[in-house]
Amino acid sequence: MTKNAASTENKILVEQEKGVLSLSRRKFLNYATAASGIVLVAAGCKKDDNSILSEGVDLGSGDVGILNYAYALEQLEAAFYIQVIATPYANITADEKALLTDIRDHEIAHREFFKAALSSSAITSLEVDFSSIDFTKRESVLGTAKAFEDLGVSAYNGAGPLITSKDYLTLAGKIVSVEARHAAFIRDLINPGSFVGSDVIDMNGMEISKSPSMVLSVAGKYIKTKINASNLPS
Amino acid sequence: MNLLNIFEQIEKADPEFNERINPRRAAIKNMAGFGTKVAMSALPLALGSLFQKAYGQTQPTDVNAILNFALTLEYLEAEFYTMGVATPGLIPAGTPDVAALTQIRDDENHHVAFLKSVLGTIAVAKPTFDFTAKGSFNPFSNYDVFLALAQAFEDTGVRAYKGQAPNLVGNKTVLGAALNIHSVEARHASHLRQMRRARGANQKPWITGKDPGGLPAAAQPIYNGEELDTQATVKITGIVANGVTISQSAATEAFDEPLAYGDVLTIAKLFITG
Repeated sequence: MTKNAASTENKILVEQEKGVLSLSRRKFLNYATAASGIVLVAAGCKKDDNSILSEGVDLGSGDVGILNYAYALEQLEAAFYIQVIATPYANITADEKALLTDIRDHEIAHREFFKAALSSSAITSLEVDFSSIDFTKRESVLGTAKAFEDLGVSAYNGAGPLITSKDYLTLAGKIVSVEARHAAFIRDLINPGSFVGSDVIDMNGMEISKSPSMVLSVAGKYIKTKINASNLPS
Repeated sequence: MNLLNIFEQIEKADPEFNERINPRRAAIKNMAGFGTKVAMSALPLALGSLFQKAYGQTQPTDVNAILNFALTLEYLEAEFYTMGVATPGLIPAGTPDVAALTQIRDDENHHVAFLKSVLGTIAVAKPTFDFTAKGSFNPFSNYDVFLALAQAFEDTGVRAYKGQAPNLVGNKTVLGAALNIHSVEARHASHLRQMRRARGANQKPWITGKDPGGLPAAAQPIYNGEELDTQATVKITGIVANGVTISQSAATEAFDEPLAYGDVLTIAKLFITG
């Protein structure tokens, strides 16, 4: 990296820091708890804090790991929308059904693309758990759709910088903006005008990324199959 | 125990911690990579020969030049919305459009401020814009034209950032920031396309084929290339799964395409007079 680029990078860090909110008191209390946990772990000196993520289906390492991570999320989204269209919620409008069918097809296309591209490196089909979703209710379905789409965008954004191949990064970029289009649409269905919000962007008007461990801890509620993300790049 | 383990611990107690600290954390992890270009590892998959297209004729390779390119586009968007929101009678009063366009205006101005701060003294100055493109459009007296240009700018912005992302591979912080703007532009595009759809435009929040969604012919270059339905040698049209056959429309909608530096500049220059 050139000296210029390094200096640019430092300035980005500073500006991003300005764009984030200060800690709330509750957060501070949580920190206190975390801090004591750190002391204990340090005393025990046993590195097993990734245990939740280090058993089950192994996503793999490097770019393949990131692509399998994306494949896992697309499996989840596709399975969700397949169910949404198979058992539409009460009083769904023709327009809503048409556009949700579009999204279903996009997610199936993403899933099948990764499956084909990964070929023998692809992880197995994941078993989903949608028991917490009431597919007969619009609020439950759209609320879950919003959670999945926003999560997907933050996941791709968080994983993008970990990709080393330009081709793979471009592919991820082609998909993430479509997920963002979905996310904005779903959010507008729930609450018109909420296509962006302070829950997904920071004070610089930039989307908030999430790391694989954060994403999988949220998505895990809907995936029965255990996923091992411990070999992903970071 | 190393520093990264501490981050993991804190993350468990405060799920948003990573979001706030990520830039610094990334910097710490990137330290070892400073001064080295991330090597393209041998591609483990049979996808190496994809994207033979050269995206860009005079593509800058310097990170700051890429950021200045992004800043130029953000200047354009920010000024466009700032003028639109400030024009009395343009946006129908008492409609949700006012809040939506104000939100987008603010996001774009934040992007400008962010990029200017990052670039400091080497930031390019704001160009002089002519949003009529020498009298071709009247966005500040015709609301539909205003929305059409807004959609054109957002869809172009999405493609422009996507086109530059590969040139930032290996620079996690800058790439992360670019991606975080990229998806916000896509959210804007989605909403603007819905706003125009509600006013009769035959289009959806996503781009179908290379359909310009009722935008004037001059806007066609913004959508050319979006009709691609083969990704990394995988033909998307006709995929059959779960009893669904993926149509060509869905195949093109499911993947947004990048736009080359030169092509983006050609579009932007229609609105730049100096």
